[in-house]
Amino acid sequence: MPSSRNLLAKTIPLLILVPVFGSLGNVLLGKGMRGMGKIPDLSIPSLAAYLLKILSSGWIWLGIGSLLIFFVSYMLVLSWADYSYVMPITAIGYVLAPLLAHIFLGEVVPGKRWAGAVFIFLGVAVVGRTPPSTTGPV
Amino acid sequence: MKMRTFLFLAIVVLAGTGGDLAVTHAMKQIGEVKSFSPRALLGVMWRALKSSWIWLGIALMTVAFFALLAVLSWAPVSFVVPATAANYVVGAMGARFLLKERVSQTRWAGLLLVTAGVVLVCAAR
Repeated sequence: MPSSRNLLAKTIPLLILVPVFGSLGNVLLGKGMRGMGKIPDLSIPSLAAYLLKILSSGWIWLGIGSLLIFFVSYMLVLSWADYSYVMPITAIGYVLAPLLAHIFLGEVVPGKRWAGAVFIFLGVAVVGRTPPSTTGPV
Repeated sequence: MKMRTFLFLAIVVLAGTGGDLAVTHAMKQIGEVKSFSPRALLGVMWRALKSSWIWLGIALMTVAFFALLAVLSWAPVSFVVPATAANYVVGAMGARFLLKERVSQTRWAGLLLVTAGVVLVCAAR
């Protein structure tokens, strides 16, 4: 196992990419799908036409690209770090979303949501104090 | 809570965490990624695509996704989404007992804080 400093040097960047591209991908897919309208009916030709319409949207492809970066980063970090370490830390995405919505969109964030964000932030700080990897290769 | 809602929530949580655990197991088999050159990363992805654990993981995640869509079609989002925070606790148990990770008391404390936080964030209207 490399020194813990080395391990953190590559763990931290990936732990940032995972929640950022995960939530970005979902937002982009949501934005792309909002312009699609309802599925007309369940016949094969109209479903095929609908699918073609989805796949011709730039937002959808940006979303798919983001989710691909998310999943590859997730796989890479899990090649050395514990699942029980990565999973709670990537919940920081739940803190970023209201923060960004508040700063950039001027959204009013309810107090309960801020309280939840503080809990998550503290929890991530506590989990971050534990060693990232407690198992060897399988 | 209706029986059907409980059953589908259980599928969402168990299949979702099961999928994550399978992907983690596959990546631990592939071993620690040390080089991040495009060539090395393509090699890692190629080995991952040949692992049946990865495909089991993707299949379980797909089941979880459609079960979530299904339960959202009848149960309120404000109940379903916070309830999926159970993922954190179930996932940690899976990591402890299936992947043999050492989940220390400190890590448990952090996990429970995160779980409570996710419930609060998702339940806030």
